[in-house]
Amino acid sequence: MTEIKQISLFVENRPGRTAKVAKTLSDAGVNIRALTIAEAGDFGVIRMVLDDPEKGYRVLKESAFTVSMTDVLAVEMKDTPGGLYEIVNTLGHNNVNVDYAYAFVTAKAQRAMLILRVDDIAKARRVLGEKSVKIATKEEIQAI
Amino acid sequence: MSGYWDPHIERMPLEDLHALQEDRLKSVVRYVYDHSAFYRRKFDLAGVTPGDIKTLEDVRKLPFTRKADLRDNYPTGMFSAPKSQVVRYHVSSGTTGKPTVVGYTRGDIETWSESLARAFTSIGLGRDDVVQVGYGYGLFTGGLGAHYGAERIGAAVLPVGTGNTERQIELMQDLGTTAIACTPSYFLHIMEVAEKMGVSIRKDTKLKAGVFGAEPWSLETRRRIEEATGIHAYDIYGTSEISGPLFTECYLQKGIHVWADMFLIEVIDPKTGEPVPDGETGELVFTTLHKYALPLIRYRIGDLTIKSSEPCECGRTHPRIMRILGRTDDMLIIRGINVFPSQVESVLMNIPEVGDHWEIIVDRKGPLDMMTVRVELTESGFSDKIGDLMKLKKNVSNKLKGVLNIAAEVDLVEPGTIPRSMGKAKRVTDKRKV
Repeated sequence: MTEIKQISLFVENRPGRTAKVAKTLSDAGVNIRALTIAEAGDFGVIRMVLDDPEKGYRVLKESAFTVSMTDVLAVEMKDTPGGLYEIVNTLGHNNVNVDYAYAFVTAKAQRAMLILRVDDIAKARRVLGEKSVKIATKEEIQAI
Repeated sequence: MSGYWDPHIERMPLEDLHALQEDRLKSVVRYVYDHSAFYRRKFDLAGVTPGDIKTLEDVRKLPFTRKADLRDNYPTGMFSAPKSQVVRYHVSSGTTGKPTVVGYTRGDIETWSESLARAFTSIGLGRDDVVQVGYGYGLFTGGLGAHYGAERIGAAVLPVGTGNTERQIELMQDLGTTAIACTPSYFLHIMEVAEKMGVSIRKDTKLKAGVFGAEPWSLETRRRIEEATGIHAYDIYGTSEISGPLFTECYLQKGIHVWADMFLIEVIDPKTGEPVPDGETGELVFTTLHKYALPLIRYRIGDLTIKSSEPCECGRTHPRIMRILGRTDDMLIIRGINVFPSQVESVLMNIPEVGDHWEIIVDRKGPLDMMTVRVELTESGFSDKIGDLMKLKKNVSNKLKGVLNIAAEVDLVEPGTIPRSMGKAKRVTDKRKV
C-alpha cells in the first residue's frame, strides 16, 4: 500500500509567504486537495495534500522553501454527527496517537475526508480496517 | 607535513630570537622618536627616552598606542617615513568614526609578503598550488596581502576578489584551485551556492585548504566547513594597522604563529595594562619591529586572545596566539553583560538543526535590552510538528543562555533569508538609541 504523501512547509509569519506557496503550486499546475496552517508566533507550518505531491515537492524546493514529505492517512468519515468520534475512538483504544488531523469535504463525495498523522501508520490502518472504516488510496486522492 | 619558507628564522633558538627582538626594539624606538613627531611628543609626555629601553622587558615603560591616535592624526600624522619613501596607502573603512590610513615603504611591503610566504608554506602551500584570493582588493588589505604571500611562494594566484560567486566556483573547477583565501562567512556562502549549482567542493574541485580570517570565527564553524567539504580550514590573522593579514596557523592547526623578528607581542589585562601569563585571556598588543612608514609602539588592537610561548611541534619557535576570541570593539553590552558575537556563533554551530548563517538584533523595550538571535532552520532540522520546532527554539535559547548568561529570544527563519556577505559579515544590528 502506497501511503499518501503530505507536503509540509516551514514558513515565516510575514505577509505574502502563503501567497508565494500558492503561486508556486499554481504555476506548476499542481492542485491543492487540502490545506492547513499551524502557526506558532513568528513562524508556521503549512501542511497540504496535493494531487501530485512529487511535483509539488520539487517545485517548492526549487523555490527555496524548506519542505518535507510525510506519510499520512486519508480516512473517509461519515458526514454525520459521530463520524469523527468513531475514528479517533478506535485509534485511542488501540493506543495509536494522533499527532494532528484536519478534514475536508469534497464536492463529489458524500463523505468528509480526514487527514491524519499518527505515530503508527500501519497499526492505524489495520485497526481502522477492522472497523470497516474506508481509507482512501493515493490514486483516489489524485482523482478527487 | 610541510617545509619552511625561511628555516633559519622560523626555527631560530629562543635565545637568539629574543636577542634579535631586543636589538630591533631598541632601533625602532629610536627610529620613531627621531622621525615621528607624534611619538616624540608621546614619549616626552610619558617621560621615557629611547635610551631607557635596554631589554625586551623595558617595552613596558613605553606608552600604549590606540586606534583613536590613528584617527586623531588622520591622515598621516603618525607616519615616521617621509612621503617620498611611501609607496602605498591602505585605508580602513571608518565604520565607527574617521577612517585610518596606513602607509608602506617598499621594504614594508617586502616584510608583509615574507610574513605570509612563511605562513602559507607552513600550511603546505607551494609553487604547485593555485590560490584563489577571494578577499576584497583595493583599500582593504585582505586581497593584496594574500596575493603577495601566495605569489611570493610561487603559487599561481587567481585574484578574483569578492562577489560573482558562481563564476568563482566555475574558475575554481576550471583552473584547479587548491586553496582559497576569503572570509569564513563568504566561504559558507560559496558552499551554499556550489550546492545549488550541483557542484560538490569535495568531489568536483581540487580545493584542499581554506585560509579564513578578517572576522572572528569559531572552532565549531571550522569543523562544519571541514566536514562539509573535506578541506582544511586555517585561521589567518592580521589587521590593517600592522599591514594587513600576516600570520596563519601551521598545518598542525595549534595556534597562529606570530613572527617574532617582525613583531613583538604582549598580552595584557585590558583594565590594568599589566601583562597576563601565557594561557590566560588578555588583550593583544603589537609593537612593529620591522616596519618603517608607520611603525606602531604597543598598539592596542582590541583583540582578545591567549598567548603561548612554547615552540610548536612543527619546529617553529615563534610565539603563537590562540584563536581570536573577539575584538573589544565588537563586544556588545546587553543588560550590563558582555557578549561577543563569536560566543553566539560557537553555540549555534554546535546545533545541527541550525544553518550556517545567523544574526543578532539588539533592541530596547522600555528600559530593557532585548537580544534576538535569528537562525535559519536547516532542511534536516525541519519537523512539521509545531511542538518539535518550539522545542528546538527552546533548546537554542537555553544553550545561548548557558554560555552568555543572558536570555535571548530565538527566531527560526527560512533558509536564505539572512543576508549573505561577500566580505566581513555583518552579524549584529544594534537598534538601541544611546
